[in-house]
Amino acid sequence: MTARHVLQQADIARALTRISHEILESNRGAAGLVILGIPTRGVTLATRLSVILNAIEPGTVSVGSLDVTMYRDDLAKNPTRAPGRTTIPAGGIDGKTVVLVDDVLYSGRTIRSALDALSDLGRPRTVRLAVLVDRGHRELPIRADFVGKNLPTSTSERIMVRLAEIDGVDEVTIE
Amino acid sequence: MRHLLSTKDLSRDEAVAILDIAEDMADVANREVKKLPTLRGKTVVNLFFEDSTRTRVSFEVAAKRLSADVINFSAKGSSVSKGESLKDTAQTLAAMGADAVVIRHGASGAPRVLADSGWIDAGIVNAGDGTHEHPTQALLDAFTIRKRLHGSASRGRALDGVTVAIVGDILHSRVARSNLWLLSTLGASVQLVGPATLLPVSTEGWPATVTLDLDAAVDAGPDVVMMLRIQAERMTAAFFPNAREYSRQWGLDDERVARLPAASMVMHPGPMNRGLEISSGAADSERSTVLEQVANGVSIRMAVLYHLLSGTGEARA
Repeated sequence: MTARHVLQQADIARALTRISHEILESNRGAAGLVILGIPTRGVTLATRLSVILNAIEPGTVSVGSLDVTMYRDDLAKNPTRAPGRTTIPAGGIDGKTVVLVDDVLYSGRTIRSALDALSDLGRPRTVRLAVLVDRGHRELPIRADFVGKNLPTSTSERIMVRLAEIDGVDEVTIE
Repeated sequence: MRHLLSTKDLSRDEAVAILDIAEDMADVANREVKKLPTLRGKTVVNLFFEDSTRTRVSFEVAAKRLSADVINFSAKGSSVSKGESLKDTAQTLAAMGADAVVIRHGASGAPRVLADSGWIDAGIVNAGDGTHEHPTQALLDAFTIRKRLHGSASRGRALDGVTVAIVGDILHSRVARSNLWLLSTLGASVQLVGPATLLPVSTEGWPATVTLDLDAAVDAGPDVVMMLRIQAERMTAAFFPNAREYSRQWGLDDERVARLPAASMVMHPGPMNRGLEISSGAADSERSTVLEQVANGVSIRMAVLYHLLSGTGEARA
């Protein structure tokens, strides 16, 4: 199968900028915002979002990462996976508005794990979800609040998100 | 990895991977909710044929933090004291659906028998077998050394170039053997120090240098001095004239500690015989990692249980 480009570097940048403004709009400012990325590429996206957010409303948004490996429901069905890192900003998440960030939203199971992981770390006031690509095929009642691009796919297709910090190039392809 | 029987079986990458997972597990201990749902529905049996406090409790805490069900089973007060064989005990546990068995046994090789016999289809963790091995102790020692040396930048690192002196009763010590294999796999260089009567007859093929002289070993300025407990319960003969003489020649007293380089650490697997192999001054000094070792034991055992019990048991990421 051949890979087809869905988003180029400029598209990704524009999507992240738009999502940043949407986050600020729905939160009515940047007060109490905590951006948590889900490893691996969600963390990169979260860092980029926090840079844009802090440029719009300087110095108010904190960023971290939330590993969900230990909370997955498919651990027994796959080879043992090495967990990623969880780093919570110094202020914690109690009473904050947490925005979870991931690259692709598919079955929704990763987000379910993330919600469980989050509840063990504290009690946020609200939890929102931002994803770069929503490819559909949800298996759980979960939806994203902020979406870079809705991408109707078939389950046999593969979505690849590559980001410059990790893969050396910014692109989203479908194959 | 299906069983953890010996640190000899661990490759360098596997060992570093376990230490890295333990770093994540250590973070959990600092949270308000000290529990992960990872092993929910799994059953871990602690099968202890020898007395133990810290190892058994450590495994129990580790399994509980991962939400596994824990069954403690000690030889005293069980059917073993009525003469039940290891085979029958294992088959009983298998019939009850144990997913992992943590075994401590007085006979070297008992965990291997359990793993290879087909009596029970569970992951086997060696928690000390006779004078053979104690792999989780070695892993937690390596973790403690790495943490002291590199702090929060520990992830992904091995122990290349670290010098370790293991002092005392090498002959009877499973801790020494497990540490020797693991530390040398991780790139550290190991020196064994002890009286001739408490060294193995032959250390040929062991990745270590051997000396009888603790003072020389201390003056060489090792990064780590690991003291071993004098195990009176395993001593069937007189290995040294008396405790005072042992203490004078091979005990880590205040004077020897003072001669160590400022950054050197003093380790002891516990329980300590204060005044025999280690002085109170040494055990309670800033260099001592004894309590860190206990705390890290839980993280390491969580990592090992996670490694053994999650996944399909075939390839690992």
